[in-house]
Amino acid sequence: MKQGPQAKADYKKMAQKHVPKKPVLSNVIRAFLVGGLICLIGQFINQFFIAFFNFTDKNAGNPTVAVLIFIAVLLTGFGVYDRLGQWAGAGSAVPVTGFANSMAAAAIEHRSEGLILGVGGQMFKLAGSVIVYGTVFAFLIALIKYAVQSLGMQ
Amino acid sequence: MPLIGKQTWQFPSQPYLLATGVVGGPKEGQGPLGQDFDNIHSDSYIGQESWEKAERRLFEEACEIALQKANVQSDQVDVLYAGDLLNQIVTSNFAARTLSVPFLGLFGACSTSMEGLALAAMTVDAGYATHALAATASHNSTAERQFRYPTEYGGQKPPTAQCTVTGAGAALIGVNGPGHLPRITHATIGKVVDLGIKSPFEMGPAMAPAAADTISRHFKDTGLTPEDYDLIVTGDLARIGHVLAAELLEQEGIYLGDKFKDCGILVYDPDQEEVFSGGSGCACCAVVSYGHLLKRLMRGELERILICATGALLSPTSSQQGESIPCVAHAVAIERRLS
Repeated sequence: MKQGPQAKADYKKMAQKHVPKKPVLSNVIRAFLVGGLICLIGQFINQFFIAFFNFTDKNAGNPTVAVLIFIAVLLTGFGVYDRLGQWAGAGSAVPVTGFANSMAAAAIEHRSEGLILGVGGQMFKLAGSVIVYGTVFAFLIALIKYAVQSLGMQ
Repeated sequence: MPLIGKQTWQFPSQPYLLATGVVGGPKEGQGPLGQDFDNIHSDSYIGQESWEKAERRLFEEACEIALQKANVQSDQVDVLYAGDLLNQIVTSNFAARTLSVPFLGLFGACSTSMEGLALAAMTVDAGYATHALAATASHNSTAERQFRYPTEYGGQKPPTAQCTVTGAGAALIGVNGPGHLPRITHATIGKVVDLGIKSPFEMGPAMAPAAADTISRHFKDTGLTPEDYDLIVTGDLARIGHVLAAELLEQEGIYLGDKFKDCGILVYDPDQEEVFSGGSGCACCAVVSYGHLLKRLMRGELERILICATGALLSPTSSQQGESIPCVAHAVAIERRLS
């Protein structure tokens, strides 16, 4: 068996021929359907809080997110959310339910290592980078907004 | 001299494969080879409190079954060669504590089954053991945690992904045995081959060159040809890696055709849920070889087979650091003479 850079380049080409392409189109459609469906359910919950619990347009988002997170954690615990994720891809990963799933999954997984170092220490294993980069980019965007606004004032 | 060619051991005494023990999880039991396993567990926890403990239990059970079938007590086992996929090969270490036999731990990733079998045969052949045990185990959920994400995490896997087999296989090798039992004739120890595949979701394509290298080396060293074998089986290349290995062998002038199979393809039905391109894991080659293939040998459907277990020697850290995947494959030839 040949090794070396030429053999690697040849093999890469050969492997690419046989590796099936990711089904991008169907993934996008599925993500759109499931992601949209989750948001639609969220919208219903939102309206429900406005109609029956005297919430306003502005603050109904808080209990809505709490309910969605609760549902996602339950589905994770019942072993349903990972199956949904395999089918829906980004559709179930991007909404807040995906974030809840990543935390609950890590918490369940590391329960056997104890509450402190296991659940507590590992819970943010997957969600940590979302929080870090979410905060960093929110800060950057806020800076840009501030700069644009103060320029516009002059 | 028992070393023939460059990498092949020819065992003059042809040690006997006295008995095997094969245990599978729920998904493996529902697969097409379920009836060839000694024991199938319908619960992936196997009554244990963690998946790690479940994996250990599978391992111990496979060893117990093999010893029981051969009617050999554990204190008659002179050496155990074993390994698994977990950090510090804890499954093997802890199970060896239970079994209380002289133990040598191995890490060959999914090539461990044949690495252990080759070493066990060599030890018996050289007279350092009367009975040598080779065993390995893997569990889907422990491997997910070790190499990928938490099991309940809803990440999407590409079609090239493979499904780690939950199960364990053990083989007992002995100096003497009844004539109708299979015997180990050769073992070819593979070199580490790396043709630059980096994605941990493309293990089959990464391992195919190692498998092709070891198989072609086996034929060169022994002077045997594919016609001398009824079946040549790889460990866990799965559907994509299998095609690539066949193509690489053809480039070397070795045509295997229908004789060329893969345990990762055999172990699951492609219609089963989330098996992707096929099975993988230490147990994949072990359960198919020691369960299914051995039964076929015993039924007389096969006379001589070459099993080439393939291992991807990566760690989560090495792949996150952008390194390619070094792979190794070890082949063992098993023969059952029909007289």
